[in-house]
Amino acid sequence: MLNPQLNTNGELQHLLTIEGLPQAVITHILDTASSFVGVSDREVKKVPLMRGKSVFNLFFENSTRTRTTFEIAAKRLSADVINLNIDSSSASKGESLLDTVDNLTAMHSDMFVVRHSQSGAPFLIAQHLSRNRQHHVHVVNAGDGRHAHPTQGLLDMYTIRHYKKDFSNLTVAIVGDVLHSRVARSDIQALKTLGVPEIRLIGPKTLIPSQMEQMGVRVFTCMNEGLKDVDVIIMLRLQNERMSGALLPSAQEFFKSYGLTPERLALAKRDAIVMHPGPMNRGVEIDSAVADGTQAVILPQVTYGIAVRMAVMSILAGNQ
Amino acid sequence: MKLHIQNGRLIDPANGIDAIRDLYIAEGKIVAIREAGQTWPDFASNRTIDAAGLVVAPGFVDLSARLREPGYEYKATLESEMEAAMHGGVTSLVCPPDTDPVLEEPGLVEMLKYRAKSLNQAHVYPLGALTVGLKGETLTEMAELTEAGCVGFSQAAEPILDTVVLLRAMQYAKTFGYSVWLRPQDGYLSRNGLAHGGPVAARLGLAGIPTIAETIALNTIFELVRVTGARVHLCRMSSAAGLELVRSAKKEGLPITCDVGAHHIHLTEDDIGFFDSNARMLPPFRSRTDRDAISQCLLDGTIDAICSDHTPVDDDEKLLPFGEATPGATGLELLLSLALKWADQCVSQDQQQLSRAIAKITSDAARIVGLPCGQLSMGSVADICIFDPAARWKVCASTLASQGKHTPFLEHELTGQVKFTIVEGRVAYEP
Repeated sequence: MLNPQLNTNGELQHLLTIEGLPQAVITHILDTASSFVGVSDREVKKVPLMRGKSVFNLFFENSTRTRTTFEIAAKRLSADVINLNIDSSSASKGESLLDTVDNLTAMHSDMFVVRHSQSGAPFLIAQHLSRNRQHHVHVVNAGDGRHAHPTQGLLDMYTIRHYKKDFSNLTVAIVGDVLHSRVARSDIQALKTLGVPEIRLIGPKTLIPSQMEQMGVRVFTCMNEGLKDVDVIIMLRLQNERMSGALLPSAQEFFKSYGLTPERLALAKRDAIVMHPGPMNRGVEIDSAVADGTQAVILPQVTYGIAVRMAVMSILAGNQ
Repeated sequence: MKLHIQNGRLIDPANGIDAIRDLYIAEGKIVAIREAGQTWPDFASNRTIDAAGLVVAPGFVDLSARLREPGYEYKATLESEMEAAMHGGVTSLVCPPDTDPVLEEPGLVEMLKYRAKSLNQAHVYPLGALTVGLKGETLTEMAELTEAGCVGFSQAAEPILDTVVLLRAMQYAKTFGYSVWLRPQDGYLSRNGLAHGGPVAARLGLAGIPTIAETIALNTIFELVRVTGARVHLCRMSSAAGLELVRSAKKEGLPITCDVGAHHIHLTEDDIGFFDSNARMLPPFRSRTDRDAISQCLLDGTIDAICSDHTPVDDDEKLLPFGEATPGATGLELLLSLALKWADQCVSQDQQQLSRAIAKITSDAARIVGLPCGQLSMGSVADICIFDPAARWKVCASTLASQGKHTPFLEHELTGQVKFTIVEGRVAYEP
């Protein structure tokens, strides 16, 4: 199957998912990001790589946090950024997704950063642009439904590489609501591509689809077993609406079985790092002592997130 | 009007005929079937069709074609879809009751039948709603609806969540001998589901419809059939496990039949690709094992018929994110080709394979509804499709007569092209 995010030269045209991205492309993004990490420490936090380009943050699902990181990344690349919260504008007036895209393309957008509650929505936009021969317009998936959150996946890889240097001997555990997690899917694909030999998913059977094992992971329902000797722990956010109902009885019980406490963390390797895509629910998936502890790299993740998004945007903008 | 069809390969599965025959038609009926060399020189036909190299088959009987009237005329109209039926060689079709308003009033059914009849193309056999508004709560006036022309009662794609209502509906239908058409899909397990609950849905982050949604519904239906004795037609089978249950229920002697949508014989969850909304179907395309079981069950008779499950959906409702797109595909014009594709790929390739495939869209389908069509006997109504079994054509949005242009087979080349569609002895379509 043709990978819709690569152009005819095999370069990145859009970033829609980690699935199918060659290892070299991922490594190139991470290497580019490391050159941007220093930019944020300068007195003038800007490089002119995207001067004169217009980036539209197209958020069909609310997210101040992710939108802000994309906005900062684009502005540090000197791009013009326009934020659109479609939830509260066109969609409520009945305009279709593709009509919105056509209108903004007519305003000479160069890049769409798309978040949508439906899995696959950014693919639809990318395919539509390609059908209309708008090959100069790029799409970055900023999270689609349960499907993918590729820039989060990449910033997680950047963080792991920063602390662990080498992927080829790591054991990584992803803990919590895998079923609804686009972060988990992107992380799994990125870890596989980068050659991580053991990926573990930890959670109750209600939150881990049984077919996940076909993605090449080991599933653990017991937290203590799953954490044994791991190098990296990625905690997933548990959405409020899923804390009680048919999936889970309560947030308290979830914490009791799957919350990351200092005692449980001690089962991992001594130098294990703890990651979280944020925002955290302290006392639900993670104990404050761990979140604020020395092994947590949650705030560095946020910092690297800006550099990784700068890397993705500048690489896309350079590929015409 | 007298019509003479000569030199064609007559395939009439109901009568076990697959041979070169001449067909003589007068006053809308078949008046003679003659072997080559025993022609009827003084028949004085108004028109002679030379069908050399072509197959002459009964007009196709489609067990599910949505005509979208009343209520959804923006998606398709009776005119456009009846035209599509003619292009597809479909001369009789059953339409499900999920119109707007749903087919729950005798007046609506009469109107639909009247409108269809005035177009003078395919014969339309509506299914009445089994419950008011398809809500699964209150029974419809089945006797009145039958009088108005309904051939059975169905919930279309809507499940009946309340098992008591399903039991009562089947008891009531059995009282008068009406058949109940059900989609075996558990309403809770399939709720919000977008794709087969398999590895593709897990990878793409699409909510799954697990196979047990089908098997649990089937087990419930079979228990209720045992209790009520109601005749049930199972619509759109999708899984190997479900078909296994159907196989043993048939062996047990339960009064059940079943069909499969033509797309499901060929496609799997993999055909979703990168969120192709053309592959958004209900029931969903399942695994390769399921697809292979469908093919096998058509061969061994577990599945009685192939239907187009024709569902015209317009661009506004398909060019959307996968989960927001309306499920369904256009099918009337693909029915023949997809049936032939099955025949072509079948493991037991033999001379009868073509005849078997045609049976699934003619006589076997007609038998389920209890219609006299789907055969070419002496004296029967001359509903006929003449097609070229070897001609290849490309599925193009611009050339489909249906207003629904969406199918996963768009831009694919298929084999089998309709050359003439004859309704009641009159040439209703020729390209």
